[in-house]
Amino acid sequence: MPSLKDLRVRITSVKSTQKITSAMKMVAAAKLKRAQVAAEQGRPYAESMERMLGGLLAGLPSPENAPKLLAGHGSEQKHLLVIVTSDRGLAGGFNANIAREARRKIAALQREGKEVKLLLIGRKGRDALRRDYGRLIMDTLENVTRNGAEFDPVRELSRKLQTMFDDGEFDVCTLLFNTFKSAISQVVTSKQVIPLPAEEIAVGEMAAAAPQGGVYEMEPDDEALLNDLLPANLSMQLFRALLESYASEQGARMTAMDNATRNAGDMIARLTLVYNRSRQAAITKELIEIISGAEAV
Amino acid sequence: MADTFAFEIVTPAKPLLAQEAELVIIPGAAGDFGVLPGHAPLLSTLRPGTIQIRDKTLKILEQYFVEGGFAEVTPERCTILAEEALRVAELSRDDAEARVKRAHDALMLSKNLGVRTQAERDVRAAEAMVAAIDAYESGVLRSH
Repeated sequence: MPSLKDLRVRITSVKSTQKITSAMKMVAAAKLKRAQVAAEQGRPYAESMERMLGGLLAGLPSPENAPKLLAGHGSEQKHLLVIVTSDRGLAGGFNANIAREARRKIAALQREGKEVKLLLIGRKGRDALRRDYGRLIMDTLENVTRNGAEFDPVRELSRKLQTMFDDGEFDVCTLLFNTFKSAISQVVTSKQVIPLPAEEIAVGEMAAAAPQGGVYEMEPDDEALLNDLLPANLSMQLFRALLESYASEQGARMTAMDNATRNAGDMIARLTLVYNRSRQAAITKELIEIISGAEAV
Repeated sequence: MADTFAFEIVTPAKPLLAQEAELVIIPGAAGDFGVLPGHAPLLSTLRPGTIQIRDKTLKILEQYFVEGGFAEVTPERCTILAEEALRVAELSRDDAEARVKRAHDALMLSKNLGVRTQAERDVRAAEAMVAAIDAYESGVLRSH
């Protein structure tokens, strides 16, 4: 049986933990709101880009001499996984889910005899995968989403990926990130971005949105346009992944901290009960001692 | 035919501008082109330069600098996709000149072809930015 003093100390400590978790929950909720707005505002760009790309691909005469970003190197030996995690923990299963999926994917690719390389965004991903796959990690980028997802780091990352791809360091690039469904549910998503899976882009969508005049005129020509549009699309995909991941992180943290706050509340109630009980027991014991002492006189 | 068309500039972070416009001059990769209502459907890449929103009398209402991007034109609307678009009035000359210098330095240091092409592109973009400021300031001086 812990002493009354020990109980008091426990209760104070749990109370201060609860204060921290509830503050973190508030912060995450505010950030989540901003992240959702940001994700929403990024949508028109993505939609317009997909529409343009769809229209271009629909009119593309020969896929053979298409740019490499679309057609690929012709081999699928070297895989690069870009894994988006958070820099900070205390976000429930957010990073663990990604890491689990990453392990599964790496193992599956290695079983097929493919070469796997990893590019990690976020410190937590590196912490989780360093032990088992340290040799595969090419680079880790930290603090990319410190103040929410921004476009500048994405531009650099996108350039870097293109240089690596041109140098033949990988043949296939897949993004692995959490997609935001709601504050309590994030879905681990994997999306191949290089070479771009052409069939996934809604080719029909553009035709529907296209004006009555029919097909677009291309300037300077469709090949040059595609050569410019594909890198821009890559940046856009990376940016979307960061936006989704950031919103998911805040959602996961909010839920985790909400649970922690509630658990702390339960614990305080339990401890207070034990504390009061032992206090009363102590009082009763003292009374009995006094009374029986008085009777003996 | 309508007098105006829907004109928008969209950046990855947010839609920057959406308004009705009478005439917009766009710096296409193959040369500047003007968009009026009822323009033939067109997709074009942009070179670094200034997008000018003008009224019917050709008076410039607003100017935006873009480093590149894409334009999608249909008879009813015109959408500019740009990774970054800045109001020319808000550009700073010091900033732009520092950018030119940085880009030149990067070009000097570039080794392989990919980096070099990128650096050359940055130099052109930065120089276009300075030119945009020059053009804007001389325009402002003339109108005073």
